[in-house]
Amino acid sequence: MAENELATPPLGTFGYDPAPESSTIARLRESYGLFIGGDFSDAASHEQFATLNPATGAPLASVAQANASDVDRAVAAARHAYDTVWSTMSGSERAKYLFRIARIIQERARELAVVETLDNGKPIRESRDIDIPLAAAHFFYYAGWADKLEHAGYGSSPRPVGVAGQIIPWNFPLLMAAWKLAPALAAGNTCVLKPAETTPLSALVLAEILQQAELPPGVVNIVTGDGAVGAALVDHPGVDKIAFTGSTEVGRLIQRRVASSAKHLTLELGGKGANIVFDDAPIDEMIEGIIDGIFFNQGHVCCAGSRLLVQETIADEVLRRLVRRVEQLRVGDPLDKNTDVGAINSAAQLARIHELANAGEAEGATRYASSCVLPENGFWFAPTIFANVSSSHRIAREEIFGPVLSVLTFRTPDEAVAKANDTNYGLACGVWSEKGSRTLWVAERLRAGVIWANTYNRFDPTSPFGGVRESGFGREGGRHGLEAYLDV
Amino acid sequence: MSERLDVRKTYKLVINGAFVRSESGRSYEVRHAAGDFWANVAQGSRKDLRDAVRAARAAQAAWWKATAYNRGQVLFRLAEMAEARRDELAAHVAAAEGVDAPSAASSVARGIDRIVWYAGWTDKVAQVLGGANPVAGPFFNFSLPVPSGVIGVLAPQDSSFEGFVDTVLAPLATGNAVVAVTSERRPTPALLLAEMSVTSDLPAGVLNVVSGLTGELGPTLASHEDVDGIDLEGAGEHHDELAASAADSIKRVRRASAGDYAESSTSRLRSFVETSTVWHTIGR
Repeated sequence: MAENELATPPLGTFGYDPAPESSTIARLRESYGLFIGGDFSDAASHEQFATLNPATGAPLASVAQANASDVDRAVAAARHAYDTVWSTMSGSERAKYLFRIARIIQERARELAVVETLDNGKPIRESRDIDIPLAAAHFFYYAGWADKLEHAGYGSSPRPVGVAGQIIPWNFPLLMAAWKLAPALAAGNTCVLKPAETTPLSALVLAEILQQAELPPGVVNIVTGDGAVGAALVDHPGVDKIAFTGSTEVGRLIQRRVASSAKHLTLELGGKGANIVFDDAPIDEMIEGIIDGIFFNQGHVCCAGSRLLVQETIADEVLRRLVRRVEQLRVGDPLDKNTDVGAINSAAQLARIHELANAGEAEGATRYASSCVLPENGFWFAPTIFANVSSSHRIAREEIFGPVLSVLTFRTPDEAVAKANDTNYGLACGVWSEKGSRTLWVAERLRAGVIWANTYNRFDPTSPFGGVRESGFGREGGRHGLEAYLDV
Repeated sequence: MSERLDVRKTYKLVINGAFVRSESGRSYEVRHAAGDFWANVAQGSRKDLRDAVRAARAAQAAWWKATAYNRGQVLFRLAEMAEARRDELAAHVAAAEGVDAPSAASSVARGIDRIVWYAGWTDKVAQVLGGANPVAGPFFNFSLPVPSGVIGVLAPQDSSFEGFVDTVLAPLATGNAVVAVTSERRPTPALLLAEMSVTSDLPAGVLNVVSGLTGELGPTLASHEDVDGIDLEGAGEHHDELAASAADSIKRVRRASAGDYAESSTSRLRSFVETSTVWHTIGR
């Protein structure tokens, strides 16, 4: 197709009027306590901290800062609920609680989407269409497993592990809570969930949902605060299992800390996903897939397609189209229904993205950034593409966790596979080609837990997700996701 | 008493399909459970282990890319080799473990049957541990168990043959390459099986077996960056520090278990596989 047929109209010739969702739908309270034993209560220290709207920098609500004694209380509540209620309840009864939770998430979906977007900074289009519906779907899916565990392939009478300590990140707050809680509860465990420090609110709304569902007190407990809360949970002798999603650096520390205990452990860690593009791929779909692969959720995605490996024959055209497409992304108010790219979740994350992007330039890569006007307040980073990246550059090796794409090239399938695997990570990869046999050949050789062919960043409760090598171990989703919460 | 003097055997390591003395030149004395001298066995060094890991890494891809049917045939062949040398294995087990002849013979029989069990698993794990996932969208989505890669095994200290078979055959059956450290005081049954593996069409480097001091070799295996997983069954007093050291490269760790080496469970098979999930679009 000729260049001029695809040219963007000059800026200002057309546009969208603002279409903001109302923040009042969130019905946020001024302050939230810890959710322990079925009720909200103050932290032992009575300390609170503010959670911010990253799009404005303004505080949204005040949240309890737990300490080790609060964690102890939460674990005791979980143990009591495990011993007295949850481990003795039939699977079919547990299933009905999970169905209730799924239904109430659907009923309160709009509210949850707004809460998520306010606290996280992600576009409302994503929280509304992806995060919240998928969270509900996870509870639906695992509800159905609760009374069928003996058919899951782990023996005729698989036992739960006990009390699960679950530590989740800030990039998909409610969805990660669902990924952790749904299989754990279906398998008969009780839980202590520790949301990320910067995004506690949707988990606290979920706590209200658990109350509405009349989930027995103590089956799920939610302790908010900083990393010290997670550490107290990891070290607690009453916890039988730790499930962690976050950075490889912290995952390594956790694996060390549980080494001298009998705790079960699953880790879902960082990634540096390669999106491999062959010259026979359908180019329009592929460009959209690359854009979605890296700019979805501001690139705050462990499986983001942050390394584009493009076949040399089409490298120039792909880069030209990508640069033009990035210019068309709408960056701004996350509550606006037309926004494509929202706010960076925190000042700390923004600093990290700046540091790595600057390193990319310093090491000689060519930087193309969207010329969009960024809001004055809050945390923002313009969608950015680096060309002329080599495998040794920091932006090709380190997880940026932001809207920054590194473009590398290859000539042969062998070289593509070698470059894709040239990382200690192994979470996800993409392959774009119309030739099925080649796609499968490449997929067989990629060291990654998830491979998307002619698509990217797809998630489903039935589909196992998780990494190999330093991207962690254990799976979430699907039948495989049960194994993480069964003593098998 | 025979008039003829025995021809004694030198017990060597098996690294990359070759019988080697330790590069360190060291050996150590192994005794009967009753206390008499039994053999001088090569005392593997950290360098031997690193060589073994390199051999395993080089061999793993081809072992995995062989058909599952072929891998099953090769492992079944190993059982055939062991079957032919049952008496010899039993004599070693009796000497090493201090059990009577009938107990040793049945232990060896169970071990050989276990090899057959794992040989039969090679072309079934994908169906039992994998499957199609009914995602909500126009995609064909399937999950396959793929090997973790190079697995270090600290074989059980007590069960010199059965325990060795169970810990080593499970990762082999799922397509991994293995670097195994034998029982420190009871190494010879494992070294005999290693010999047999060399004549069983098992490609060189897929199974490497090193005898030596667990306390010396364990830390190297646990901390080696190119080892993807470790079975700590025989780690003994070093267990927890090795588990901690394995965290540096996010290794898959199988902790010491109750020691049932004939259990009808997929637990060991699941310890060193990764679930790889592929989404492919469906369209006209």
